[in-house]
Amino acid sequence: MSGRIKPVTAVAIIFFLVSAVAPLFVSSWATLFALILAKGIVVLGIILLLQAGQVSFGHAMFFATGAYTAAFWGKYVGGGDIVLFIALGGITSAVFGLIVGLFVVRYREIFFGMLNLAFSMVLWSLLEKMFHYTNGADGIRVPRPALLGLSFTPETFQYVILYVSLLAAVVAFYGVQRYLESPLGHMLRAIKSNETRLEYLGTSARRVLLIGYMISAFLGGIGGALVAIIQQIATPEFGFWTKSGEFVFIAILGGSAHAFGAFAGAAMFECVRFYAAAHLADTWQLILGVVLIVIILYAPNGLIGLRQRYGQAKQGGH
Amino acid sequence: MNSTLAILAILDGISYAALVFLVSVGLSLIFGVLRVVNVAHGSLYAFGAYLAATFSLAVAPISPWLTYPALLAASIVIGVVCGGFIERFLLRPLSGQEDVLQLLITFAAFMIMDNLQRLIWGVQPIFAAEPLRLLPNVAVFGVSYTSYQVILLPGVALATLLGLRYFLRRTLSGAVILAVTEDREASTAIGIDAKRVYFVTFVIGASLAALGGALASPTTSLVPGMGADMIVLSFAVAATAGLGQIEGTALTALMIGLTRAFVIYLQPEFEVLVPYLLMVLVLLVRPFGLFGAVQVRKI
Repeated sequence: MSGRIKPVTAVAIIFFLVSAVAPLFVSSWATLFALILAKGIVVLGIILLLQAGQVSFGHAMFFATGAYTAAFWGKYVGGGDIVLFIALGGITSAVFGLIVGLFVVRYREIFFGMLNLAFSMVLWSLLEKMFHYTNGADGIRVPRPALLGLSFTPETFQYVILYVSLLAAVVAFYGVQRYLESPLGHMLRAIKSNETRLEYLGTSARRVLLIGYMISAFLGGIGGALVAIIQQIATPEFGFWTKSGEFVFIAILGGSAHAFGAFAGAAMFECVRFYAAAHLADTWQLILGVVLIVIILYAPNGLIGLRQRYGQAKQGGH
Repeated sequence: MNSTLAILAILDGISYAALVFLVSVGLSLIFGVLRVVNVAHGSLYAFGAYLAATFSLAVAPISPWLTYPALLAASIVIGVVCGGFIERFLLRPLSGQEDVLQLLITFAAFMIMDNLQRLIWGVQPIFAAEPLRLLPNVAVFGVSYTSYQVILLPGVALATLLGLRYFLRRTLSGAVILAVTEDREASTAIGIDAKRVYFVTFVIGASLAALGGALASPTTSLVPGMGADMIVLSFAVAATAGLGQIEGTALTALMIGLTRAFVIYLQPEFEVLVPYLLMVLVLLVRPFGLFGAVQVRKI
């Protein structure tokens, strides 16, 4: 074990390197990769909760919170900085996550999912209907922010935001892995495997889940702020239930057993969307749906699970 | 708010509640038996509406009265074809797998159907109000309203409620369905074909969603996105009532329908907020729903 790098970690490192270098050659990839990384950060949060055996079908509310934090700052305060937006988006979401979490961590499985969905739909209706503050369905434009006081042209900016996303993604990926390996992370997993025993050990399962939930909300907020900056807009659609479904979709697509599944899934999802939308207009959703069905039926452990299965088959052959 | 507006709001609420009930009760029935939240339920509703519009536009030139059987035919076709397909080829292979996979595969079905709907029927609004225009208006306490919305829709909803009650509590097939819901293994052991029960239940639930859509099609313009809106709404109703509760779903649909109608007249901007706010409030106090039995696992 000592010093040996696990294959998944190696793939993750290669992936992050590719996303740093490849866009230098094809400029349209800069935004694509930035989106993949930003969404990957959100999906990391979903994977955290899946480790505890809970599916949040309302996680888009934290995504939207992060995005609207950036948008409101631009609208009411003016100016803004990428670092500020990310920090504020993350913190606002984490606080919101604490409030919602206090209610939802009392429930499990379908009740957990239902309550999350209900909260997210309340947020969505407010964003959609509080027209004076949110511009309703049109959303709020997020003007291009500066980075640590420096402002950029649109051409340079897409690279700036790419590398900021990359940095955030690497930090989030490393942080989540450390968290999952820590005692607190193991307790989080114990909620899935045997919650009663966790309670017998003298820990509060609710508190463990609440911490996981807050971290997950924090990641959602960061991802939301990043996507709002990349797409230069925040709309109520960011908080709609289909967005929540999309995040769970990406988590299952990539594989929820490992943190890297978030980025593998996001890469596949965004690439299919990017190329299907360009070449087969109006059918990208159909294609993604078929991909999802194939993955669920034939590779329920996701893209990461595929590698394991292939590896085992090879070992068996020898 | 004067009395005319109040009566108008009540009538709006009742006709809306009837449609929402049909869709929600299908969702609730499917969850009660298969333990699956069918995310594609809203798409079945939308498909039912679109196909009904296509059928009734096609038969209206022959005789406008043929549009009523056309609505019914459309909902059965969608229920059997789409519902049957989803159960047989998507859900059945996953039986016994993790819940999240079952939920997500219906989400995949939703994405595909949402896209197919745009491909088949386009994105322009479709109107097919023939069945609504055929029936005369009625005056209720001096307020004129279409009898389609104020008599036919609640009538169909009531008939569905009573029919489902009778079917589940008084017939052998109903008893078989309840047995499988109660204990799948034991019922299989005494010779019940659980797979067939799942299939039949899903088709019934899907047909109810499609029927809701078919009956809604004359009263509204059909637009993309109607399915996505309906699934969360019907889910809110079913969850507020308690998943698997048939009578509870009817009362909750009525409650949400009426509240929504009054909110539309008083504070229109909060119309969409109402069902979700009610859902949050109810679930916080009673996560198993207003009428659900206490089964929730709370450590």
